[in-house]
Amino acid sequence: MPPRPRARVPLHPRLAHAAVPLLFVLLCVLGAIAGHITPLFLIREMLARFARNAVLVLSLLVPILAGLGLNFGIVIGAMAGQAAAIVVTLWGVRGIAGFALAWVLAAPIAVVLGIATGWLFNRARGREMVSGLIAGFFANGAYQLVFLFAVGSLIPFHAREVLLPQGFGLRNTIDLDGIQYAVDDLIPLRVVLEGSSVRVPLATFAIIGLFCALNLFFQRTKLGQELRAMGQDPHVAAIAGIPIERNRVIATVISTVFAAWGQLFFLQNLGTLNTYSSHEQVGMFSIAALLVSGATVTRATVGQAILGTLLFHTLFVVSPIAGRVLLGDAQIGEFFRVFVAYAVISVALVLHAWQKGSRKSSS
Amino acid sequence: MVVEAAAPAERAGALETLREQLREVGIPRLVIGVFLLALFGIAVATHMDLRGLITDSLLRVARNGLLVLALLPAIQGGLGLNFGLPIGIVCGLVACVITLNAGMAGWPALGLTALIGAALAVPAGIGYGWLLNRTRGQEMMVGTYLGFAVVSGMSIFWTMAPFHNSLLVWAIGGRGLRTTLTLAGFYDRLLDKLWSFPIAGVSIPTGTLLVFAAACALVGLFFRTRAGLTIAAARSNPRFARAAGISDERTRVQATVFSTVLAAVGIVVFCQSYGFVQLYTAPLLMAFPAVACLLIGGATVSRASLTHVVVGTLLFQSILTVALPVTSQVIQGDITETARLIIQNGMILYALTRRGER
Repeated sequence: MPPRPRARVPLHPRLAHAAVPLLFVLLCVLGAIAGHITPLFLIREMLARFARNAVLVLSLLVPILAGLGLNFGIVIGAMAGQAAAIVVTLWGVRGIAGFALAWVLAAPIAVVLGIATGWLFNRARGREMVSGLIAGFFANGAYQLVFLFAVGSLIPFHAREVLLPQGFGLRNTIDLDGIQYAVDDLIPLRVVLEGSSVRVPLATFAIIGLFCALNLFFQRTKLGQELRAMGQDPHVAAIAGIPIERNRVIATVISTVFAAWGQLFFLQNLGTLNTYSSHEQVGMFSIAALLVSGATVTRATVGQAILGTLLFHTLFVVSPIAGRVLLGDAQIGEFFRVFVAYAVISVALVLHAWQKGSRKSSS
Repeated sequence: MVVEAAAPAERAGALETLREQLREVGIPRLVIGVFLLALFGIAVATHMDLRGLITDSLLRVARNGLLVLALLPAIQGGLGLNFGLPIGIVCGLVACVITLNAGMAGWPALGLTALIGAALAVPAGIGYGWLLNRTRGQEMMVGTYLGFAVVSGMSIFWTMAPFHNSLLVWAIGGRGLRTTLTLAGFYDRLLDKLWSFPIAGVSIPTGTLLVFAAACALVGLFFRTRAGLTIAAARSNPRFARAAGISDERTRVQATVFSTVLAAVGIVVFCQSYGFVQLYTAPLLMAFPAVACLLIGGATVSRASLTHVVVGTLLFQSILTVALPVTSQVIQGDITETARLIIQNGMILYALTRRGER
C-alpha cells in the first residue's frame, strides 16, 4: 500500500484529537493522587483488565473502517461467546482444550448472528448505530427466551445443578472454573510485586498482539481496501464496482466473531458468568474505551484501541477509590465512571454529526 | 362479454382495497391486537378476574399516555423518534424532589410540581434542540446517548444534592436521596381518584384519563394553530418553508421544547399514579417502551398522529398488564419482561428498517 498523502491538518483539529486522551490522562492522574493509588496496584489491576477487554475493543475497528460507525451490535457477538462458554462448561471440557472448543463453537453462532445484523444494517442505512443498539436489546430478549425459559423445558437438559429450582432456565451465575485462566496461564508467569505474586497473562497478551496484527494485515488486503473506500465515500465505491451491501455484511460478521472471541477472553479471566448480565454493558464500555483515545465514529486505529483500553480502564479502577477518599462514598465514583462512559460516547456522536453537517452545508 | 370482463377487474379491485385496508391498519398493529385478544380469551377461559385486568390496564394506559404523547411533537418537527425523552423526565423528577423536600402536599403540590417540571424543561429542551440542529441525520443516536449521559450524570446529583428532608435522604449518613421516594401522604394517586367511578366492576381513573385526553386535545389543537402548522410545514419541506420565511432551525427547537415539557409533566403524572418517585437509573430506559407504544399504534419514524398515540398506548400497555397474570398460569417464572424486550425492540427495529420511510 502506498503511503497515504498526509493532508496538512491545521493545528486546531489536531489539538482537538489529542485533547480527549490528554484530558483522560489528567483525570486518571488526579484521581490516582487523590485516592493514594500506588503505581504497583494500578499495574496489577491493569494487567488483568487489559487482558480482559482488549479484544472486545479491537472488534470495533472493522465496521468503523467500512463506514458503519460504532458497532453497538457487538453485544450480540458477546452473547454468542457466552452461549459457547455455557456449552463447554456443561460438557466438562476443561483447560485450554475447553477454551479452544468454545472459540470453535462460538464462531458459527457469531457468523449467523453477524449476517443477520449485517442484513439489518443494510436495511437501516444511515441509522446503523441506533439500529445496532436496539438490535442488542432485542437479542437480549431472545437470549433470555432461550436460556431462561427454553433450556430445560423445550430444549432437553440434564445438568440439574445449573438450572433454576423451577426445573428450567439457567441459574444467574455459572461457575466457569473449567476454563478460568486457560489462556492467561498457558505461559505461566508470576511477578512478585510488593510481596504479592501477580499473574502476568503472557499468552493472552500474545494473542491480543496477534489480533492487532491481524487487524493491520486485514486493512492491507483487497477486502480491507474495499472497506476503506466504502468508508470514505460509498457512492464512489459503488461506482467503482465494489459490492457494498455484501461487504458491509462481511464487516459486521468479522466484528461479531471478534466480539464473541473477545467475550470469551473476558470470561476466562473473570471465571464466572453472570448469565443474564455479563454481556449487557459490553458494547457501551468497549465503545467508550475506544473513543477516549481520540478515535472518532469514522476513524479509529489499532493503536487507539490499545491506548483507549488502557486509559478507560485506569479510570475505571481509579474513580471509585478516588470517590471514596474525596467524598467518602465509593458509589459516587462508580456513578462518575458510568457517566463518563455515556458522556464520552455522546460527545463523540455529537462531534461526528456536527462535522458531517457542517461539511454538507459548506459544500 | 362486457359484464364478464368487468368481474375479474372488480375482484382485483376488491383485493386491492383489502390490501389497502390491511396497510392502513398495519401488520404490527394487527398482530399485537390479535395477541391481546388471545390473552383476554385465555383470561376468560380460565375464569380470571377480568375486571381487575381491565382496571389495571386502564390505569397503566392513563399513567403512561403523556409520555407517549410527548414523542409526537418531535416527530411532527422532523426529529424522528425522541429517544432523548429522559432529558424531560429528569426535569420532572427534579421538580418532584423539590416540592417533596419542601413538604408540600395535595393539589397545590401536584400543580406546582408539574409547573416547575415544565419550567425546567424549557431551557433543557432549548439546549437539546440546539444540539439536535447541529447533529442532523443522527438525532436518534445523539438523543439516546444524551439521555443516558443526563440520567447517569443526575445519579451524581441525587447523591450530592443539598436536600435534607429526612423522609427523602438515606437514614444512614443523612445524605443522598433514596432510590425510591414514596408519595403516600403527598399527592399519591390524587388524579387517579379524582371523580373515579366503578362501572361494571371496573374502576375508572377518571382524573388521569382526563389529563391524558386534555393533553391530547391540546396537542391536536396546537398543531392546528399557526405555530403548530409552521412546525409541520418546516418538517415536510424545509426549503419551501425557508422561502416562506420559516426557519426550520427554529421550529425544530420549538418541537424539541414541546416534547421535553410534555415528558416532564408526563413523569409527574406517572409518579402521581404510581405512588413513587424513582430516581437514579430508573429513567434510563423509559424512552424505549414509550417509543414502542407509538410505533405499535401505527406511527413511523417520520409520521405520527394522535390516533397512533392512543391506540398504541392502549395496545402495548394492556399487553404488558395482562400478559403477566395470564402467562403465569401456564409458565412458571416471569416471561413478561422477556416478552416486553422482544416486542418493544422488535417493533423499534421494524420501524427503523422500513424502506422509504426516511
